[in-house]
Amino acid sequence: MDAKTPSRRRFLTQTAAVAGVAAGAGLVAKDMPAKAQGQVQSTHVFDELPRRGARYTIDHMTHYTPLQDYAGIITPAALHFMQQHSSELPEINADEHTLTIHGMVDRPLEFTMEDLKRLPSVARVHFVECHANSSPAIHDADDPNMGLPVQYIHGMASCSEWAGVPLSVLLKEAGVKSGGTWMVNEGGDPGKFSHTLPMQKAMDDCFVAYNQNGEPLRREQGYPIRLIVPGWEGPFNVKYLRHLKVVDQPYMTWNESMNHSVPRNDLGGKSRWYHYQWAVKSVITRPSAGLEVRRGYNQITGLAWSGAGRITKVEISADGGKNYREAKIQGPVHSKAHTRFTFDWDWNGQEAMIQSRATDETGDVQLSIAELSQHWAIPIGDWKKLDKPRAIHMTAIQPWKVNRDGSLRDAMFV
Amino acid sequence: MQCLSKLLLAAVAMAAVPAAMAAERAYPNVGKPLAQAEIQRFDRMIGPEGKELPVGHGTVKEGAELFVKRCEVCHGKTGRNGIVRRLMVGKPGEPYKGSFYGQEMNGPSYYPYPTITWDYINRAMPASNPGTLTPNEVYALTAYIYYENGIIKENDVMDEKTLLKVQMPNKDGFVPAKPVYPPDPKWPSWY
Repeated sequence: MDAKTPSRRRFLTQTAAVAGVAAGAGLVAKDMPAKAQGQVQSTHVFDELPRRGARYTIDHMTHYTPLQDYAGIITPAALHFMQQHSSELPEINADEHTLTIHGMVDRPLEFTMEDLKRLPSVARVHFVECHANSSPAIHDADDPNMGLPVQYIHGMASCSEWAGVPLSVLLKEAGVKSGGTWMVNEGGDPGKFSHTLPMQKAMDDCFVAYNQNGEPLRREQGYPIRLIVPGWEGPFNVKYLRHLKVVDQPYMTWNESMNHSVPRNDLGGKSRWYHYQWAVKSVITRPSAGLEVRRGYNQITGLAWSGAGRITKVEISADGGKNYREAKIQGPVHSKAHTRFTFDWDWNGQEAMIQSRATDETGDVQLSIAELSQHWAIPIGDWKKLDKPRAIHMTAIQPWKVNRDGSLRDAMFV
Repeated sequence: MQCLSKLLLAAVAMAAVPAAMAAERAYPNVGKPLAQAEIQRFDRMIGPEGKELPVGHGTVKEGAELFVKRCEVCHGKTGRNGIVRRLMVGKPGEPYKGSFYGQEMNGPSYYPYPTITWDYINRAMPASNPGTLTPNEVYALTAYIYYENGIIKENDVMDEKTLLKVQMPNKDGFVPAKPVYPPDPKWPSWY
């Protein structure tokens, strides 16, 4: 029982007190509202809470990773994004928590936490990204609690070293019956968040994680165990993992058939559902909107990732995509993981439009918003209308406009 | 010919060996077997064919009364004006049959299978105290919500059999019509 963890009330009070502050410690935030600028100054305190952006609604709690503030590729656990479909975090007693495997298996089994740690383990670096990250609807959030634009627009993507037991080990112990081609995974949270997973992926590289970046999972990350489904959209990575049921078809839980499907114009208004892996993606994290550049040398840096495998190339344009030059990949480069890139740039004091474009090992190249608009038949003016395109699974290139005074702003839709 | 069938038999026997080996546990000292009775205590997962639905029944009227007591606080009167997104897209007698592009999708008018409403209410509602509704109450709430969306008639009763016969107005609104894995290799990554 993690009764010693802060109570919900304390959690919220602390967060409300400091999360307001947003992120961007020590940075000049030119485009931010005056109130937020004042608060940004106060984030020099050594505390994880002020750094993460936060938004709480009646049925959601969201934390945004301060992408502008971190280097390398590992997101500290406390700064990992969270998209919790409830108004409080479950308190689970790990001593009593078990994981069951049942359904179409030869031997239904139950594992305690001790059992799971006794089994062969893996540790791998992978990104996890909410399917709604980078949504057009959030570009105008303008809420100082949520941090700088790169944080609230793209910060529902984070990358950690996760460790745990391969799902294949557990499934082989139980013995999957012929015809058991899917599984449906259920959390131990009060709402019992559930999601279907194809057996082929489960047997390939998925694992039940009990550690993140060397420490036991934090409550907001699914303590004591969660599923890691490398490269696939966030909802597959079920937190507080409790029951695994082997079945013969997709189980159409509310989340996958309703909440994560998207009506699309190019499909005659029908909805695309059962999205799996993330396409190739990248974003310049620094400099980005709300920060500023100075005449002369400025390093451009950012992150690239793909659900299909390794990042092989990142290119930078300073003229809105007319010309691209190759960036340096800093390394290490892991499959289905954030990959850090850098680019040496001299700013001449003129207006510029900086953006990154990534390519992955399958040769897939990141698309511009114009290309995505064309594919999905969404008029460019419709993008930001809430609930209009309901654009999730967004991977478009992010342009940042550099003004003559050195300030930067979001230029995705201008 | 005889030779060939012997070879075939040998091949079949050899193919059977790995299968037999896979049937053994690699780590028999870890984890404990689960009895069917234990599984029944926690298995609430309902698939689209409704095979796991418990016996029970509920009427629109029962559901309407229950909705006021347990659901209205968040979902608003008749599920249309609450602090969370509305539950009803159609009206009694008038199911919504248009496209959902630009429409709120948060309601059974959108769902492809009639079991989804039942499963989600049963597992996650009411949000303040999930898992406290009886099967009869879940059938009743499902009946009421389907009636208010124009999907069933006022006197229809929902039970483990009638629920499966409900015609969902948007059942053909999804691409691909049946989820597949792996996805069609011709689909580009943005698809």
